[in-house]
Amino acid sequence: MRRDIFQAIADPTRRAIITLIALQSMTPNAIADNFNITRQAVSKHIRILTECDLVKQEQQGREIYYSLEIEKMKEIDKWLAQFRKIWETRFNQLDKVLLTIKKNKK
Amino acid sequence: MTNDLLFEFNVDKAAQTVTIKREFDAELSLVWDAFTKAEILDQWWAPAPYISKTRYMDFEVGGRRFYAMITPEGQERWSVQKYTSITPKTNFKIFNAFSDENENLQLPGSDWDLNFSEENGTTIVNISVYNESFERMESLLEGFKLGFTATLKQLETMLATMSKK
Repeated sequence: MRRDIFQAIADPTRRAIITLIALQSMTPNAIADNFNITRQAVSKHIRILTECDLVKQEQQGREIYYSLEIEKMKEIDKWLAQFRKIWETRFNQLDKVLLTIKKNKK
Repeated sequence: MTNDLLFEFNVDKAAQTVTIKREFDAELSLVWDAFTKAEILDQWWAPAPYISKTRYMDFEVGGRRFYAMITPEGQERWSVQKYTSITPKTNFKIFNAFSDENENLQLPGSDWDLNFSEENGTTIVNISVYNESFERMESLLEGFKLGFTATLKQLETMLATMSKK
């Protein structure tokens, strides 16, 4: 099953993980140290993020490091920006319509 | 474009809800009409260069608006908005779904909650859109993959001209 990227970032813990590894790549243990939940739970969140390509893993010696796929995050931003733009355009048009109605009333 | 009117757009992915808040420089009854009367809605609902065309609209609980967004090439994208609750000049709720040209709904749809309030002659509209699936929102965007930049430029120029008057 392909994971829904929005579902992946719906969870506050996963968003916190994203924020952490956006600054530097981290090992699963280092990530888990920041949360009051079990390491298994943290691993599960990381797995979900990996499955939708938001997070990539890299082997360095005996450790695995996780880091953020910046390009994938940009995709989300771009998508939301488009959606925002529709409403912006729509409302700018409404401003114009309201102005016209107000003028005609006078 | 310099626009002092408040505009907030937030996406709560956990709640699968988009909230939009916008201020309008007009009294509440006027803004209410703009959202609830087909002839005014069609003037602004479709982001240019799209055109909104309402086939019919019964603004009453249980009633619906059946309309299309028309592309510059003349393609029609039909939708149905069912009014599930109305509190005049305060709030109304709709169930929104795409449809074919015969009003056959394409589910899932989305639930909209629109709130209106006025303060010192300025009207604030608060909209929340709950989507059953984000994939649906993505498909919504599919229909809007046009260069908005040119349109916005056009609009900016027009508004700038208007405000000079």
